[in-house]
Amino acid sequence: MRLRTPLALLGAALLVLAGPPLLSTGSGAETGTQIPGLRFMVPNTPGGGYDITARTAAKNAEDAGLTHNIEVFNLPGAGGTVGLSRLVGEHGNGKLAMSMGLGVVGAARSNDSPKTLADTTPIARLTEEPDVVVVAKDSPYKNIKQLITAWKKNPGKLPVGGGSSPGGPDHLAPMLMARAAGIAPKKVNYVPFDGGGELLASILGKKVAFGVSGVGEYLDQIKSGELRLLATTGPKRAKGLDGPTLKESGYDVDFTNWRGVVAPPGLSDAERKKLTGLVTKLHDSPQWRESLKTNGWDDAFLTGDKFGDFLAEQDKSVVSVLKELGL
Amino acid sequence: MNAFNSLMDGFGTALTPVNLLWAAVGVLLGTAIGVLPGIGPAMAVALLLPVTYGLEPTGAFIMFAGIYYGAMFGGSTTSILLNTPGESAAVVAAMEGNPMAKSGRGAQALAAAAIGHFAGGIIGTILLVALAPTVADLAVDLGAPDYFAIMVLAFIAVTSVLGSSRVRGLASLLIGLTLGLVGLDQMTGQQRLTFGSLQLADGIDVVIVAVGLFAIGEALWVAAHLRRTSGEAIPVGRPWLGKADVKRTWKSWLRGPFIGFPFGAIPAGGAEIPTFLSYVTEKRLSKHKDEWGKGAIEGVAGPESASSASAAGTLVSMLTLGLPTTAVAAVMLAAFQQYGIQPGPLLFEREPDLVWGLIASLFVGMVLLLALNLPLAPVWAKLLRIPRPYLYAGILFFAAVGAYAVGGEALDLVILLIIGLIGFGMRRYGLPVLPAVIGVILGPNAEQQLRRALQISDGSVSGLVDTPFSITVYAVIALIVLWPLLRKLLVRGRRSDADVKA
Repeated sequence: MRLRTPLALLGAALLVLAGPPLLSTGSGAETGTQIPGLRFMVPNTPGGGYDITARTAAKNAEDAGLTHNIEVFNLPGAGGTVGLSRLVGEHGNGKLAMSMGLGVVGAARSNDSPKTLADTTPIARLTEEPDVVVVAKDSPYKNIKQLITAWKKNPGKLPVGGGSSPGGPDHLAPMLMARAAGIAPKKVNYVPFDGGGELLASILGKKVAFGVSGVGEYLDQIKSGELRLLATTGPKRAKGLDGPTLKESGYDVDFTNWRGVVAPPGLSDAERKKLTGLVTKLHDSPQWRESLKTNGWDDAFLTGDKFGDFLAEQDKSVVSVLKELGL
Repeated sequence: MNAFNSLMDGFGTALTPVNLLWAAVGVLLGTAIGVLPGIGPAMAVALLLPVTYGLEPTGAFIMFAGIYYGAMFGGSTTSILLNTPGESAAVVAAMEGNPMAKSGRGAQALAAAAIGHFAGGIIGTILLVALAPTVADLAVDLGAPDYFAIMVLAFIAVTSVLGSSRVRGLASLLIGLTLGLVGLDQMTGQQRLTFGSLQLADGIDVVIVAVGLFAIGEALWVAAHLRRTSGEAIPVGRPWLGKADVKRTWKSWLRGPFIGFPFGAIPAGGAEIPTFLSYVTEKRLSKHKDEWGKGAIEGVAGPESASSASAAGTLVSMLTLGLPTTAVAAVMLAAFQQYGIQPGPLLFEREPDLVWGLIASLFVGMVLLLALNLPLAPVWAKLLRIPRPYLYAGILFFAAVGAYAVGGEALDLVILLIIGLIGFGMRRYGLPVLPAVIGVILGPNAEQQLRRALQISDGSVSGLVDTPFSITVYAVIALIVLWPLLRKLLVRGRRSDADVKA
């Protein structure tokens, strides 16, 4: 009796830890995309954005019969910088990929990481999502012009809340907005929150003058009228939402948060093509289409060198903002 | 009345055989996860997410809720028996529960904890049904200054559990606060005490600190003394709660939820602070003050009841506002989004079957958990019959697995051992361990709220006391601090009155 209980517990724990990989067996159709033993690193904790993207992508790739048994694992730390260092250290490993996004670009810079995304092999950008500028329904600011006029007058008195730490997407968006409106980013009173959820309470309770976070976080609150949408930060209006872009309102901001996949440096051409091919096939699969819809992600597929150029350009813009802030 | 009817419909959903099965799977897994240090409910739910893709959302969420409540139940088991908390919310259970277990009253402590969880969960869920919209509004009205006031209150409360020696208690608290400083400054991204290591940039996880100080420290301590004391097992006493025990604890079981529930609903709450506050409240109100620190059963019953009720409070904010107040809620929120369901103001109208089925399943899950844990209490208590060398070897093993599971970093094991050595040193010099753990939990939280409050007020100190709520809390704090002084003055006043009359 006394041995059985701990054993049962150990069994239960193993079931929890080993269950997901064991249960997800692919259909096994040979399509030339098989990469046996492929591992997909998530540089964030389970349940975060990169984690959901990675696990969804792995599941869809298996369901579409593209490859079996992709092992998704988490290596969180320093906003993704720990995972990035590990990935760069796996020189020439063609069986590893990492889920990442704009947040990792910022974290690598603000942590002064010796390894940056320029050291990785870019595979593809998968999805994107604009940020939204929102206020509580009873806020005095009815439109973006009113808000920015007041903001310009006294940046310190109008705290802006965002769902990421300095260097992250929700920090960059208001900084770019400030710059376009002629406010020195250093003057911006940015209050970081642990994700859009924690931020929500402070916007609703008018603890911050306005909030900036991903559109997916607040879709429902905007539709129910709890939050007033003042503007979106992307080049186009957000689907299903009635709010102008910053650009049409006269502020030159083009900001979207995005997520993608990178691989270790030093891959052979064949290895790189194989990974890119797998991601391309995944992108074309009906399973992925369905996932985009259910998660409300915008398709932003971009592969290879074009994605590499995009990464370099994003890095530059992050560095310029951080430099202005003196970080 | 409307809520009641919907709840009845919810029971219709929850009591179908399939959903009942998911609830059972959830509570079993949750209990197991709670028992293992390091693997928390948040991680368990996140890892199970991909497996549940194929499930119908109602079934999946019933299972997740079972895991959440189950982990609350399980977390206190190892706290009580082995002085090794499985979750940070179960730290307080070790305070009185472990001395009880050592004196052969382990089964009673476990039963008090299990019934406490049951009472807390049931009352918390009733409050959830009755008060969801009101509590959700309150949660939004509170801001950083209010949270900081609550943290100050918690710190003041903590100083009263500092043990026999205030100086040692404060020293322990400072060790905890220092450990809590490690990592990136949340407001500016500045690195503190990381020694340039990226692995330290996210700070040291509370679980590692708690497991290191409690489990490793305890194991080293026992090992160091094994030769001198007999290696015999701890006696296991009577298996059930006696009448006297129930008489002492029923009020604690009922008080806990009213402390735990509101804290679960507010964004900076969580389950830890209400357990501390409940412990302090029970200690103040107890008629058996001499037993505290040596195994007072109220000290197990109250906090455990508060921790389960806070889980119900967490669900209020998540379901009605889409506001995650704990890590588990954040993961569950992500799960909702995967099913294309957005928790928030419209959820109750859009998905009534899911929501009310979920709430009804909480009641069902609570009954299942009680039925599972109460008979298990004497069985668990028999664990202590394992001879100590084997028992503590097992604890070391599970502690290491748990610490590794937190982040999958080998460095965490090194940190765990270092903290274990600190824990050993603290025992050697009579420093209580709990204040250090509380420092790690409260320190970063309080700092963040203070700085956020000051930033929102643009640096003006008056921003800390500009809400009615924060002023009320500070008034309560002032009263607590000044009470001994006031009482003395009052007594003296009365005495001089009497002198005059005489």
